[in-house]
Amino acid sequence: MMGTIFGIPPQALFGQLLLGLINGSFYALLSLGLAVIFGMLNVINFAHGALYMMGAFVSWLLLTKLGIGYWWALLLAPLIVGLFGVVLEKTLLSRLYKLDHLYGLLLTFGLALIVEGAFRHQYGVSGQPYPIPDALKGGQNLGFMFLPNYRGWVVVASLVVCLSTWIAIEKTKLGAYLRAATENPVLVQAFGINVPRMVTLTYAFGVALAGLAGVLAAPIYQVSPLMGSNLIIVVFAVVVIGGMGSILGAVLTGYGLGLLEGLTKVFYPEASNIVVFVIMAVVLMIKPAGLFGRER
Amino acid sequence: MSLHSQSGGRASAKAPRTAARVSVPDKGLTPARIGALVVLAGLLAAPFLLYPVFLMKVLCFALFACAFNLLIGFGGLLSFGHAAFFGSAAYVTAHAVKVWGLPPELGILLGTAASAFLGLVFGGIAIRRQGIYFAMITLALSQMVFFLALQLPFTHGEDGIQGVPRGVLFGMFDLNNPMEMYYTVLAVFLIGFAIIWRAVHSPFGQVLKAIRENEPRAVSLGYRTDRYKLVAFVLSATLAGLAGGTKAIVFQLASLTDVTWQMSGEVVLMTLLGGMGTLSGPVIGAALVVTLENYLAATSLPVPVVIGCIFVVCVLVFRRGIAGEIQARLGKKH
Repeated sequence: MMGTIFGIPPQALFGQLLLGLINGSFYALLSLGLAVIFGMLNVINFAHGALYMMGAFVSWLLLTKLGIGYWWALLLAPLIVGLFGVVLEKTLLSRLYKLDHLYGLLLTFGLALIVEGAFRHQYGVSGQPYPIPDALKGGQNLGFMFLPNYRGWVVVASLVVCLSTWIAIEKTKLGAYLRAATENPVLVQAFGINVPRMVTLTYAFGVALAGLAGVLAAPIYQVSPLMGSNLIIVVFAVVVIGGMGSILGAVLTGYGLGLLEGLTKVFYPEASNIVVFVIMAVVLMIKPAGLFGRER
Repeated sequence: MSLHSQSGGRASAKAPRTAARVSVPDKGLTPARIGALVVLAGLLAAPFLLYPVFLMKVLCFALFACAFNLLIGFGGLLSFGHAAFFGSAAYVTAHAVKVWGLPPELGILLGTAASAFLGLVFGGIAIRRQGIYFAMITLALSQMVFFLALQLPFTHGEDGIQGVPRGVLFGMFDLNNPMEMYYTVLAVFLIGFAIIWRAVHSPFGQVLKAIRENEPRAVSLGYRTDRYKLVAFVLSATLAGLAGGTKAIVFQLASLTDVTWQMSGEVVLMTLLGGMGTLSGPVIGAALVVTLENYLAATSLPVPVVIGCIFVVCVLVFRRGIAGEIQARLGKKH
């Protein structure tokens, strides 16, 4: 073996980096959803963490109550969460667009409390285990480290989802409509495009991403009603660091901060919980608009 | 750009001005003054009618909510991390009194000073962005305080600092007596409330409202708006700290609950429910929320769900809050 790197055994270093990359995958998926929703609705979706938790719970319920396995859950859970998002947008959020944006934050904060409180009331605070699907059990020996198949799959899946979302928004006709409607909804509506429906679908898509992240997370973390509530605040910090102006920026910042957090766990574990917040403070001092953001 | 500047005139509809009262000349007993005297008499008599610990909890949270309201209601800045100031003052006060053996007044003073300093640091960072970003930044910074409180040795992690002695105030008043404790808390609350009242009804408060309504215009008039926002932030953090330090003495406890984001959310709810931008609103909201939580604790209803529902209802149909709604109704009659 290689001995040590900066006094750290390489297995530990790469192990933490992998963990960081996994966390980064979830940061990226969640901040991507937040950025897409914010771009279109000007709403910061505080319920994002709760809907991520809901995605994990839906897949757990599908498995334990209906016997529907992981691969179907990967399709069904985001759909169910997305449909829930449609209902939320149609009945509640759509009433707030003409008001100060802060009300959107407050409303979704209330929704997060309701969703999390309801699951907590029903299922308690203890986590439920979700088995890794058979096809992804085991792992690969890469020589310098052991890579569990499922973790590799999470990284690949989130990369594919993030990249295809970026391509869909930047390169397709639908994405062009979306970007146009973000800039000037009135004009786009005048061209005969149903902007309100687009807003609904954007919200549904954004929360479906959160639901998908929840399904991916279920076999790694325990499925628990509290799994989203602390995560969402870190994701907020990620979003502030990256700036919400660019989709790619949100994704890159997500992965980058996950890796940095992993490195901190190796070299100074006590600070691993707060490193993202410290970076946020530093970025705000130097470049208030965020790394990829522009002042709006 | 500032959200409030975009919403222009609507912002004033959302948060009714209290400024109109400023110019009313002295005419002895106005209805408002009679009302204030009645409330004051009620507060003085209250511990003979109600459970003092409950009243003290209400007063601590009322001061906390008033401090928070100074930012959102009069400065248009939504801080989603005010628990950081409330909680860290509680920790510092509890540590100073329990470990260093300081008298309660010095303990509270030290806790308040710690919050003021924290407010200066956080405010300096957070006012670099506006609106939603401001809320997210304050939330993230307060989460950092939460993790520090979880990990630092002097805060004792999950246990918190328990068994804080109440001590003797100014060497004269034994705070272990519930009545003496109550009147101390009442005095602290009234001092804090008076500071807020003074700040709101001062030229400083007027500039703050101008910034809330239209920041670019305030800048063009020559005001250094960032300074005003920072001062408001520090003042708000300081008073939130005063409430937190007092709470630590009353309940003889500083715990992680005080620094969680749920606590930050709770103070937002109190203010929203009572009426943002009104002076009495946060007090009403705090009393209602504390009462409700006491009531819910005895039932099997899940508290967060109920709180969340109130949030949603307030945001959708009751944005003025109770005091704001009353002011609007009374205003229409004139």
